[in-house]
Amino acid sequence: MAAAPPASRTPGTPQLEGGDGALSRRHAKDRAMTVLLGVVVAITLAVLVWVLFYVAAQGLKYLGPTFLTQTPPGNPALPGGGFANGIVGSFIIVGIATLISVPLGIAAAIAVVEYGGRLAAATSFVTDVLVGVPSIVTGAFVYALWVTHFGYSGLAGSIALALIMLPLITRATAEMLRLVPDVLREASAALGVSKSRTIVSVVLPSATAGIITGVMLAVARAMGETAPLLLTALGNDLFMQTNPTQRMSTLSLQIFDNAITGFQTAQARAWAGALTLILIVLVLTIAARLIGRRATTARS
Amino acid sequence: MTAPASPSTAAMAEWLRGRANPADRAFRAVVLGVAGLVLLVLLGTAAFLVAQAWPAIQHYGFFSFLGSDRWAPSDAVAKSTHPNPYGILQFMYGTAITSLIGMLIAVPVAVAVALFITQIAPAWLYRPLTYVVDLLAAIPSVVYGFWGIFALIPALHPIVNFLTSTLGNIPVIGAVFAGPFFGVSYFTAGVVLAIMVLPIVTAICREVFAVTPVDEKEAALALGMTRWEMLRTAVLPRARSGITGASILGLGRALGETIAVTMVIGNSVLSITASIFGQGATMPSVIANEFTEATEPFHLSSLFVVALWLLIIALVVNVAGKLVVRRTREDIV
Repeated sequence: MAAAPPASRTPGTPQLEGGDGALSRRHAKDRAMTVLLGVVVAITLAVLVWVLFYVAAQGLKYLGPTFLTQTPPGNPALPGGGFANGIVGSFIIVGIATLISVPLGIAAAIAVVEYGGRLAAATSFVTDVLVGVPSIVTGAFVYALWVTHFGYSGLAGSIALALIMLPLITRATAEMLRLVPDVLREASAALGVSKSRTIVSVVLPSATAGIITGVMLAVARAMGETAPLLLTALGNDLFMQTNPTQRMSTLSLQIFDNAITGFQTAQARAWAGALTLILIVLVLTIAARLIGRRATTARS
Repeated sequence: MTAPASPSTAAMAEWLRGRANPADRAFRAVVLGVAGLVLLVLLGTAAFLVAQAWPAIQHYGFFSFLGSDRWAPSDAVAKSTHPNPYGILQFMYGTAITSLIGMLIAVPVAVAVALFITQIAPAWLYRPLTYVVDLLAAIPSVVYGFWGIFALIPALHPIVNFLTSTLGNIPVIGAVFAGPFFGVSYFTAGVVLAIMVLPIVTAICREVFAVTPVDEKEAALALGMTRWEMLRTAVLPRARSGITGASILGLGRALGETIAVTMVIGNSVLSITASIFGQGATMPSVIANEFTEATEPFHLSSLFVVALWLLIIALVVNVAGKLVVRRTREDIV
């Protein structure tokens, strides 16, 4: 860095010959760049640790049985209460979204990998495009499609999350199906087993672990989504709502609503909520990686 | 097509197409039906957004939204068509500047992290480092926003105060770095976006660096190059279009990010703020903020116009990124 590079004929090509000074300068530069890259990695890890520890420190102040079992007080300025309704709402909404998106996502992946053809190629391309659609746009779509007819509801939130999970699951499943060796399909066909039967009983089972990993990562992503739910499930801070045809709260919505109030009491609840949400998402993510890792090591 | 197929090849072709028996045909129909449904999701998203945006587009004209940077729903009068009170240029600017700041920070860091993980760190560190960087992507957007308000903003204050008192005094471009800084700003949103897109850009860069041919790296070292010289001459030039593609895909993610940005940008909708340390709004943030309270004439419909533009921009950016990354992979293999 400090040492000026020796005049070289082609820009970017290091000067390989030269006196002792040039050589030691090049080694010094090499060491400096190695240290620099190491420092950047260290800063990146420090940011992760900073976020996790800050949320843990703030969240632990209020996280407890009260928080996990009670609903928020009617007035956000009051202390006490918790996000029980949001936690339950998150699991119901994401649960329904999973029930919708998993079969559809796997079926679409089967079409892409096992059948091919023009429709399947288009689906493969559109799946990639859908991953890039902003989640708030998906929320606006579900508002227009569903909420304008049936009103805000947990179910509308589930549909929005299902649409967000669908391309993630399709992509992960397709990737896993491509890894299943053709020998298995051929052996099954040679035994006189039909194609549909081969897919269901030979191809899918050998890709199960990988598919589960993909689904769990999609569930983790859906758990943390907030923006599309603002336009669909809307939130309901007053009481525990378990009927998905009604307005429902989720953990993410309650964190957002309580975080942006000016009240420290509400913010204390929001920090406990943020810690709860991070823990749920991290458990899902790490479990997914462990399952995925076992799947890949078993195959090779 | 060419030679008449023997009965067994014909049967095999039938099997492959999944039409050999009724159960196969039914299964094939269901699976391809779902594949068609996926196409409908994209078409439906576009169609429903256009349908909801249509009243405002018809009333004010499609391009009149791009004619101003003033969004003032309370000025909207049902009968008046001119001027359009729903200018959206400031949202486009906000989305562009926050994403740009995010990418300017995230791309160099991502390249450095990916280089370190694939080329410098010992092999046993590869997997742990990869996992840990990926964990940054697992933290929900709403948590980043909340953390941004209470932990990041206080940490940014001294840095920004330094920048406003130095760069802010330069004539002409000083306006871009001018104070005062109240915490929530384009810049704050850009820093949060940088952290959020870092894992995506890193993951693609890692993939690109990992496939540099070993013989080229060995050739560089055999010429007596140091490791850094080898990285600069054998690894980085080859990866240039891969890094470009990764950056475009990261950009696609950044410009759609909603909740975290909404929490730290200040949500000022009345004009473009010249300073990056000033408050503003982005296309997603105005939708999230005003959607459920849109009561003025054509207010909700105009928000759908914003959503439609956001969809168009996101699609263009993502498809471009996909094409660049795909071309890179073909180049390498």
